[in-house]
Amino acid sequence: MSAATSTDWTRRTAAEMADALAAGEVTSVELTQAHLDRIAEVDGDAAAGVHAFLHVDAEGALAQARASDERRAAGEPRGTLDGVPIAVKDVLATEGLPTTCGSKILEGWVPPYDATVVRRIREAGLPILGKTNMDEFAMGSSTEHSAYGPTRNPWDLDRIPGGSGGGSAAAVAAFEAPLALGTDTGGSIRQPGAVTGTVGVKPTYGGISRYGLVALANSLDQVGPVTRTVLDSALLHEVVGGHDPLDSTSVDQPLPSFVEAARQGAGKDLTGVTVGVISELRGEGWQPGVLARFDEAVERMVAAGAEVVEVSCPSFVHALAAYYLILPAEASSNLAKFDAMRYGLRVLPEGVDAPSAEEVMRATRDAGFGDEVKRRIILGTYALSSGYYDAYYGQAQKVRTLISRDFEAAFGQVDVLLSPTAPTTAFRLGEKLDDPLAMYLNDLATIPANLAGVPGLSVPCGLAEEDGLPVGLQVLAPALADDRLYRVGAAVEALLTEEWGGALLDRAPELKGAAQ
Amino acid sequence: MSAQTVDLLSFEETLEKYDPALGLEVHVELSTLTKMFCGCPTEFGAEPNTQVCPTCLGLPGAMPVVNRKAVEGAIRIGLALNCQIADWCRFARKNYFYPDMPKNFQTSQYDEPIAFEGWMDVALEGEDGEPETFRVVIERAHMEEDTGKTLHVGGATGRIHGADYSLVDYNRAGIPLIEIVTKPIRGAGERAPEVAKAYVAQLRELIVALGVSDARMDQGSIRADVNLSLAPRGSNVLGTRTETKNVNSLRSVERAVRYEMRRHAAVLSSGGSILQETRHWHEDTGITTSGREKSDAEDYRYFPEPDLVPVAPSREWVEELRGTLPENPTQKRARLQAEWGFSDLEMRDTVGAGALLLIERTVAAGTAPQAARKWWLGEMARRANETGTEIDALGVTPEQVAAVQALVDAGTLNDKLARQVFDGLLAGEGTPDEIVAARGLAIVSDEGALSAAVDHAIAANPDVADKIRDGKVAAAGALIGAVMKEMRGQADAARVRELILEKLA
Repeated sequence: MSAATSTDWTRRTAAEMADALAAGEVTSVELTQAHLDRIAEVDGDAAAGVHAFLHVDAEGALAQARASDERRAAGEPRGTLDGVPIAVKDVLATEGLPTTCGSKILEGWVPPYDATVVRRIREAGLPILGKTNMDEFAMGSSTEHSAYGPTRNPWDLDRIPGGSGGGSAAAVAAFEAPLALGTDTGGSIRQPGAVTGTVGVKPTYGGISRYGLVALANSLDQVGPVTRTVLDSALLHEVVGGHDPLDSTSVDQPLPSFVEAARQGAGKDLTGVTVGVISELRGEGWQPGVLARFDEAVERMVAAGAEVVEVSCPSFVHALAAYYLILPAEASSNLAKFDAMRYGLRVLPEGVDAPSAEEVMRATRDAGFGDEVKRRIILGTYALSSGYYDAYYGQAQKVRTLISRDFEAAFGQVDVLLSPTAPTTAFRLGEKLDDPLAMYLNDLATIPANLAGVPGLSVPCGLAEEDGLPVGLQVLAPALADDRLYRVGAAVEALLTEEWGGALLDRAPELKGAAQ
Repeated sequence: MSAQTVDLLSFEETLEKYDPALGLEVHVELSTLTKMFCGCPTEFGAEPNTQVCPTCLGLPGAMPVVNRKAVEGAIRIGLALNCQIADWCRFARKNYFYPDMPKNFQTSQYDEPIAFEGWMDVALEGEDGEPETFRVVIERAHMEEDTGKTLHVGGATGRIHGADYSLVDYNRAGIPLIEIVTKPIRGAGERAPEVAKAYVAQLRELIVALGVSDARMDQGSIRADVNLSLAPRGSNVLGTRTETKNVNSLRSVERAVRYEMRRHAAVLSSGGSILQETRHWHEDTGITTSGREKSDAEDYRYFPEPDLVPVAPSREWVEELRGTLPENPTQKRARLQAEWGFSDLEMRDTVGAGALLLIERTVAAGTAPQAARKWWLGEMARRANETGTEIDALGVTPEQVAAVQALVDAGTLNDKLARQVFDGLLAGEGTPDEIVAARGLAIVSDEGALSAAVDHAIAANPDVADKIRDGKVAAAGALIGAVMKEMRGQADAARVRELILEKLA
């Protein structure tokens, strides 16, 4: 952390903050206040600034920080990260804190319960700074589909921070929070990580409880860490992960330590590790500067002892099409519950004296959902309709099976697979807003992992030559082998940081006064 | 033409022209302690919206977890209906919008039911009075969750149309349901209404014996939907069907089938065609009216529930559950008939009245079988009929009937006084002993008072007394009546008779 000023606590990693707390060099209140100050300085609102947060809970965060300090003073800290503040994507239910999913239809809704991951971070003593911006119901790759205005990329405020979890990634990249929780249905943690120069992990499906995650597509969604370093992700993953009886799809078996794997990787030795480069995830449509940084990173891995082979996953070319049938199908059903009957927005139709329940539902859904949400509800409803089910939803499930087989075959030869996380660096706000297909293509490399349920991690691998913007490298591992992500990811991070002479984010522009 | 003036063909003419095909869908609410997919209690009658949580309210982010006890209940029902039990099956979402459905989809099962391909032999009375069975083939039994309950306030009908507003209670939302669906029942002919009633009665008996549900039709814990279509007599083609929803008593099942048969026949024979639709059953008027139009193409956009893992009951578990099944109802009836010494007619009436298990419990509590039968099929059946309820919903338990009969056997009560004890029981006045004491119902055994009353009767009826003195003992009845009147019924008639004959000997 040579470039970090020692007095500015927000520049430290979460692991460093935890060490400082343990050593008594800082209090949780000081750490939390430093981040609240940073938020006030750079976050702004829909009109200006990073706009990573939809809701900041200064009072609640400081109260939790005080409680943490008291525990520590009494010699009873709850764990490594007790007292380190965190931001939470607005798709996760937080008791007493608004949860909007970036949608007008949930404006003002305050859940009466905590998502399991939120409960776990509270129990572990992490003060919650606030809720982060996202594409409405996590539908998008740029956070421009938020009903509350876009988040801006800290590297260039005219550019998108990725999506749907652009808020969590930008908050971490802008030093507004050391840690954040995201969710990843087709790349919503990893792609924002790539374009903001941060680390994001989508764990094995079932590795982290989804209870309290407002579902986009239940069979694809996963909660995961968003951080600035691989070790920080591992630390957070261990806090929120593990079996939850409230989520039937959660995995009930012990997993190897992610933190240990990350520490091992930091030793920069990849001897005995076989990595596969996926041949389908490069070529036409991929930004040359992205591919160049990716290839250089792979060369560094070889120099560190890794064996590299090229691997073909032929079914991956169908992944996007299958994804855009399965996701809207599940989403169309999930979003049916927003009907103005029990919570959230209620809009009465104009010009109707005594509207029926059906008329109120229609008016509310029309006013409450944005265009992208409506587009996917229509797509999904169509894909599930009788007579079309087999041709669309049924066929997409078969593609899913084929993709899983591609992964199985590949992991028969290699320990991990590699690709660039996203085909391009961050594009400009508004650039792809009117072209849904171009927007969807952003997730080309990240979607296969969701379809197969395998874990993936994105780690920064440099700045593209053309635009000086961050590029991400994606590591994919077999289901339940998330530890491999941390080992290989930490190795790549250590090798490149050494080469760069410091963390990539140290090269991001200062944002002082960005909020104005 | 209003709904009230629908033409009906006579039942006889209906049968001359058409063959009925029946289909019964019975929903059974399981009496598990907690709901199908969450830990909320299932108790009936709680304050509205007090037995709810994020999951059964369908709050954003909440997830379901399958109740193992409900799966167990479903498997036991399936086994008792001679079904195969799936090695592996999934839940599916049935998507449609309705305000009492928290998620606007019902978590149900679609093409992978937990139990399938079973049958049940329904006992009927044969032409010669001999018992006869009719085999109803079960297509499937599947698991699903109940919806909330909507109360339409204002308006005349209590239905949604014309109501001022509606209230929704989600206490019922998520209570486990098993839906049992028959294959089309054909060849029943004139016996179709009887078969339908007997099937539901016997199914209910089975459910009670399994102990998986309260099986109270009046509380909706068993609800029957009756599908009916007619085909021209001798034709093999199934006609267009109607689905009459929520027929909530055994008697109504029979009446609804008969009514729909006659209505279909009237429409078809006048050249009309039957609209495929759901129909509402009206208990009071005994008719059905049009509900919503329902086509086979109604699209629920089923797909497998991604928040739940497949249910894969191990064969060991299934066999273990098979070992817990109660005695087969047909065998059980034969055994009880032999033990009780009932005639075929008595047994049939007992089963038909839904009194088999009540009598069994009453006998178990110490009452002679014939006495138990007399109370349930006489006094209790009459009271149930008067109040329009089922005899097991009257509020009198078999144990209470046994206690009352024990008082009769001991000479404390006669039948007439016993009826007053039942009045007291229904009025909540306490135990039979307490009621006898409080109402002063016990038979007077004070010989002095009895003797005086006999003397009064003889003095008041000298001509009758003379006849008896002349040996016309049968005339004693008139004097007994007079004595009983004076004693306000609280005398042992046999003892009164003895006294009269002694005094006039």
